[in-house]
Amino acid sequence: MNSGVIKLARLSWRYLWSRPLAAVLNLLVLTLGLAAITLVLLVATQLDKAFERDLAGIDLVVGAKGSPLQLILAGVFHIDVPTGNIPLQEVQALQKNPLVAQVIPLSLGDSYQGYRIVGTTPDYVTHYEATLAEGALWQQPMDAVLGATVARGIVKASHAGAPLVGATFVGSHGLGGGGHAHGDHPYRVSGVLKPCGCVLDRLILTSTESVWMVHETATASDPEDLEILKEEREVTVALVRYRTPMAAVTLPRQINADTTMQAAAPAIEVTRLLRLLGVGADVLRAFGGVLLAVAALSVFIALWNAVRERRADLAMLRMLGAPPGRVAGLVLWEALWLAALASVLGLLLGHLLAHGLGWALQAQGLLPVTGLIWLPAEAGVPLMAAGVAALAALLPAMQAYRTEVADLLSQP
Amino acid sequence: MIRTRGLSYSYANSGAAAPLRFPDVDLRQGGTLLVRGRSGSGKSTWLSLMAGLRGASGGDLFVAGTQLGTQRGAEIDAWRARSIGFLPQKLYLSSALTVADNLALVYFAAGLRRDDAAITRALAHVGVAELAARKPHQLSGGQAQRVALARAVLLSPEVLLADEPTASLDDESAADALELLQQSAAACDASLIIATHDQRVVAALAGAQTLDLNEIGTQRLLDKREQL
Repeated sequence: MNSGVIKLARLSWRYLWSRPLAAVLNLLVLTLGLAAITLVLLVATQLDKAFERDLAGIDLVVGAKGSPLQLILAGVFHIDVPTGNIPLQEVQALQKNPLVAQVIPLSLGDSYQGYRIVGTTPDYVTHYEATLAEGALWQQPMDAVLGATVARGIVKASHAGAPLVGATFVGSHGLGGGGHAHGDHPYRVSGVLKPCGCVLDRLILTSTESVWMVHETATASDPEDLEILKEEREVTVALVRYRTPMAAVTLPRQINADTTMQAAAPAIEVTRLLRLLGVGADVLRAFGGVLLAVAALSVFIALWNAVRERRADLAMLRMLGAPPGRVAGLVLWEALWLAALASVLGLLLGHLLAHGLGWALQAQGLLPVTGLIWLPAEAGVPLMAAGVAALAALLPAMQAYRTEVADLLSQP
Repeated sequence: MIRTRGLSYSYANSGAAAPLRFPDVDLRQGGTLLVRGRSGSGKSTWLSLMAGLRGASGGDLFVAGTQLGTQRGAEIDAWRARSIGFLPQKLYLSSALTVADNLALVYFAAGLRRDDAAITRALAHVGVAELAARKPHQLSGGQAQRVALARAVLLSPEVLLADEPTASLDDESAADALELLQQSAAACDASLIIATHDQRVVAALAGAQTLDLNEIGTQRLLDKREQL
């Protein structure tokens, strides 16, 4: 940057803060607009990514009849309660269907400290390409593998330093916590997964048999009862991968018509969900846009008044030999200072709000959102701020450019 | 050095009124010129012509070795920054800046590197070095005028223009201001031009070269009456 620009920037900085109240108010409005836009950008991008990642490779979600969106939210993202259970026999039949390449069963129903315990097969871990940070996958019933977020949460909450692998815990009935404890069947931690950035981070995984064992013994009143329950075993959700794209045409219809189960296509349901969420995002984005427009107007008024108040200063500068461009540049720089400061503050505030939102969502076991990441698209925020400021400064700068020196200086 | 020949100026909004026609002037480098005339006689207009702030309607004008009217805007600006010091009737010190920063505007306007030592010297020369960190509203009228004078002579101009420099001062302060103005002009060998209708200044500079604009002021008044 040449020394002329530095001098211009330095002088305009002084002029900016010569009216501190106006400067702070303009800064505040501009910051709020940029923070709202940053927040939307961060949250929408992370949700999109989370949906995309968690849905990858899952063509169909099969569960009990009910809301298909609820089935997807419960079975794939684990942020809603399931629609019910489905008979194991029907799932096994589905597995043999020639249109199906793979079925991953999930059994839900219990939780520990708010984290869901999911009975499944090792295919579920393989599907998300998750790897172990320590220990091993479950080798026998009542072995459990903790997702990375779960492990972090447990260590923070209670475990305080002791090794996790080998530790035991007791699940409680229900997905939200607060249900009765299955005290007769403690789980033993056999391993901890590395963070995968996917839904597994928030889950406690075990074998399907573990979930059956906990519930069958809790429900059965005698051995005969237990045998009956074993014959009527159920799972909650089946995640299906097609063998051929043609399956998308026939399989969902076949399942919905010929079985007691419901088939939901994640692509359709998530599009619907994103459309719903998109309305919220659009509202927030529009709100940010309105704030930015208000900020632009406010900066314009402030600069316009500043140029009027400072007409004599600007005329004196012209008298001292400053070319009109340099005088107009002062006004433009003043606006750019506001934009630069508001960009920094707006980005920080946007990240802070996203982090706060992420913290609130995580406390409820919902989708992971953080304010600790920086997106390339955020580079657009300072550009947007500079654009708004430059637009607001255009007329005042032109007014400064046209300052009539002789008339003003000859005034008694 | 200043030389004018057949200099005239016509106001853009003056309608059919005749342009102001100024008497010819020859002022040597380092000389003093008293521009006399009542209010509205065209003193400030004549000063602004000398500073290149207005373009003459007719005639030739040489100021500080340059024929004005032949340059483009940027060249005139650069010439003014280098060659002209101006002490306006209203001092126009920026309230947003300190005294030292007000002087630094001279460097900013001229596109030069700020020279703090020169600023201190200029303030010391007019006797207000200790006020460098103050804001203009913390100065008395006399102090503010000294600061404005320091600003006008900071780059050692060839011509120093002063418009009614004693207008609001008592006798003692007026005498001091006039002496300081002459000293400052002499220190940088600048031609000093003082536009005034203050009889104290006229009396103090009795022997100085004079440009009397009272006649064309009277003519202008007559023109205006005819228009009415």
